[in-house]
Amino acid sequence: MNNIWDFHGGIHPLENKTQSLSKAIVTAPIAPQLTLPLSQHIGAPAKPIVQVGDQVLKGQCIAAAVGPVSVPLHAPTSGTVIAIEQRTIPHASGLEDNCIVIETNGKDEWRTRNPLADYTQLDKSTLIKIISDAGISGMGGAGFPTSIKLNTRDDISIDTLILNATECEPYITADHSLMREYADEIASGVAILAKIIKPTKILFGIEDNKLDVVDGITAALAQHDFAALTGLATEAEVITFPTKYPSGGEKQLIQILTGKEVPSGGLPAQLGIVCQNIGTAVAIHNAVCLDEPLISRITTVTGDAVNQPCNYHVLLGTPVEFLLAQSDYQENQSARLIMGGPMMGFALANTAVPVIKTSNCILAPTEQELPTPPPAQACIRCGMCAEACPASLLPQQLYWFAQGKELDKLEEHNIADCIECGACSYVCPSNIPLVQYYRASKVDIQQRKVDHQNAELAKERFDARQERLQRLEDEKIAARQARQAAAKLAAEQRGKEDVKNAAVEAAVERVKAKKAKDAQENQANIIATESDDPIARAVAKRAAQQAEDAANPENKLVRAVESAEQRVSKSQTRVVDAEANNDENLAIFKQAAEKAEAKLASAQQALTDFRAQNSAQE
Amino acid sequence: MALMRITSPHAHNKQSTSDVMKLVLLATLPGVLALTVAFGWGSVINILLASIFGLALEALALAARKRPIAFYLKDYSALVTAVLLGIALPPYSAWWILLTGMFFSIIVAKQLYGGLGYNPFNPAMVGYVVLLISFPIQMTTWAAPIELLPASVSVPNLWDSLLIALGFMQFPSVDGFTMATPLDLLRQNNALMIDDLKQQYSQFGDWGGTGWEWVSLGFLAGGLFLLYRKIFTWHAPISMLVALGLMSALFYDGGSSASSGSPPFQLLTGAAIFGAFFIVTDPVSSAVSNKGRIIYGAGIGILIFLIRKWGNYPDAVAFAVLLMNFAAPLIDHYTQPTTYGHSKKSK
Repeated sequence: MNNIWDFHGGIHPLENKTQSLSKAIVTAPIAPQLTLPLSQHIGAPAKPIVQVGDQVLKGQCIAAAVGPVSVPLHAPTSGTVIAIEQRTIPHASGLEDNCIVIETNGKDEWRTRNPLADYTQLDKSTLIKIISDAGISGMGGAGFPTSIKLNTRDDISIDTLILNATECEPYITADHSLMREYADEIASGVAILAKIIKPTKILFGIEDNKLDVVDGITAALAQHDFAALTGLATEAEVITFPTKYPSGGEKQLIQILTGKEVPSGGLPAQLGIVCQNIGTAVAIHNAVCLDEPLISRITTVTGDAVNQPCNYHVLLGTPVEFLLAQSDYQENQSARLIMGGPMMGFALANTAVPVIKTSNCILAPTEQELPTPPPAQACIRCGMCAEACPASLLPQQLYWFAQGKELDKLEEHNIADCIECGACSYVCPSNIPLVQYYRASKVDIQQRKVDHQNAELAKERFDARQERLQRLEDEKIAARQARQAAAKLAAEQRGKEDVKNAAVEAAVERVKAKKAKDAQENQANIIATESDDPIARAVAKRAAQQAEDAANPENKLVRAVESAEQRVSKSQTRVVDAEANNDENLAIFKQAAEKAEAKLASAQQALTDFRAQNSAQE
Repeated sequence: MALMRITSPHAHNKQSTSDVMKLVLLATLPGVLALTVAFGWGSVINILLASIFGLALEALALAARKRPIAFYLKDYSALVTAVLLGIALPPYSAWWILLTGMFFSIIVAKQLYGGLGYNPFNPAMVGYVVLLISFPIQMTTWAAPIELLPASVSVPNLWDSLLIALGFMQFPSVDGFTMATPLDLLRQNNALMIDDLKQQYSQFGDWGGTGWEWVSLGFLAGGLFLLYRKIFTWHAPISMLVALGLMSALFYDGGSSASSGSPPFQLLTGAAIFGAFFIVTDPVSSAVSNKGRIIYGAGIGILIFLIRKWGNYPDAVAFAVLLMNFAAPLIDHYTQPTTYGHSKKSK
């Protein structure tokens, strides 16, 4: 039996989970229109590979990943792409972002699927490629691309795979119902994960408010021979622990199950741990075993403003209002709409925003249920926030420093380690929106870092310029001093006292010297054709040519014709090669060849003209 | 209907700062009851007048600072300060003593610094110390426990007590009506055994002082109630009491008056218990981390003993608290808890 550890702080808000658990998962109907934001994950937004008017099939890739930290996007059902445009996205900012909009045709017609008979024969990189191509990003919260999390560096050995089935946020039951009804799929996903990362331990963490699913999960996991998959003595274990918010935070769960703390600014991989949400495990199962990309998810719809709270199996892109309507949403009773839970979810700007890969819950509370926060009172430093903080921070001090914009102090008090779980704000008797202060301060700190870098860069540039100006000035002074010294010397030699005159004479001397030098150089150039120095040789050749051209202008034209001929033959060979290789630049090469031919013609014309002129003169 | 856009968390527990203050007020009841039983209505009148002055001064200051008066009065913090000062002052204190005390508590120690949450010093203790230094005679004249009064002296009823406080009635000038407190007696006599003192002066009770024991136990009950309700953590009050107990055990020689009495005597007399649970626990002016609060509380316990034994004043909670208020930022600096993910060594 694996030990469990406690983490500092935490709170026990009202769970409110039973409302949405009374019914089995309902498959939501297909909405007439699906809006798919290109950025549903952390990293670079996907790039559309369909155009407006295209017909798409269910599961067809409609946007490709861009760069390493990105995932592609697939059509959740068959239909027509009717727009690729800016739409309001489900984000705390309420801003618009690029979305692909699909008008569904109701046929729900799949693209060809090629389910794998046996994934165990595939190697790690192939499996990761499948997961990456299926557009899977973390379905628990942040939406980090799963393939990156799994693609650990070879020099770091992962010994523990943690499955996060904690679901510590009040109201949300998406993972709970998933465990009730999809235990086999979860276990299959776990097996694939085990095959990829080869852990020696698989810990399946469940809060003790979901004990009803423990037997089912244990039985489902028992069907897989993890030791055979990893080649190690791997065992999977379901571990339950006391319900406490935020035990589902990755860092907190790792502490509960292993007693270890993820180093500040580090990753769980440094401890040999990879943590995955169970929704992600199901998505991996679907991708690998069924060749179905991530196009749907389980979303809880709950809150007192819906009459039929339940969990939906819903297509990504389904508008929130469509889903709410399925649950008999009472718009006049709804004070706010929250995507996510009441602790870390964000308020939606409107009901048209779609369900995306990370949307685990749509919460529609009434005013009585989650009242509007009263105005904040003074902080009396009661310390309840510090008691509640799972990161062992001092929220009251952070608040103090945040108000005074003391960014150094904030960093000293480790504001970067705040996970924004909201426990401090929850317990604050003075109703101070503490987390909001920390969010703003984190942005301020980030901005300061950027400003600082820019300032450093500007300083470097300034310094370099100053140095250059100084150097030029120094050179000028040195030259002036040299002139004066020369003049003085000359004056002394001639026994003259008048330095000024001497300077004038010196200048005249210099001009003379320069002329002489130039003449000499010209001479030298001719000699230098024989030189070892390639530059000198080239310069000399050029000078010689120029001299020759001056004597005989026809040469230049002859040369021009020759080089044009060369260019034409070169470009033609390139065209032939390109045709043979089916090169995509063929058109460009052809154009170049035509241009070269035109140039040759004009050069030949010029030569003919010149010769004609000459002969006429003669 | 427009959807409200506010940031997470959306859920909030029901407790408010006003609730915290109300619970503190409620928790003073057993102690105040014991005070009334032991010394008469004096403390109740103290509390009543201090509350009136406190709320009036708070409202005045808020008006001058152009702050919403009702909103801030409803946090009950001024009332708490008033009640605590009313309890700390000798029963039957004159109205001008109370007014002066409340002026320094509310206006000087609190509002001039920016109001609730911004005061570096405990407001009630600032008021108390100003009075103690300014009016030493009035502040050290404590009513005798009722049970020790001669039969000829009648205890003033509630109305008479009010008249006494307002100056319309003479304080009973009978010699027996006021008595030196046990701590006073211990200070004044250091060539006797405590047992002798006990025989000589009836103010000494079984453990602490007559009447005082029950007052202390009353405040202990209130304090434990607040601890149970998680209004504060155990760190500061318990470490203060432990430090005071240890100090007195260290210097207790078994019975001479020069040794300042046994640990139970030190803990159950004077303002030790009241201070531990109602003054030391003031979060605004104390250290913030739990470790810091242990140090803060211990510092107060040690200072109380040092001042009681070698200082010029019989009791020392107010001085000790104010001195440690000075030290709180320094303690905070050195007792920042180790954040998750920061190894303990790297600090």
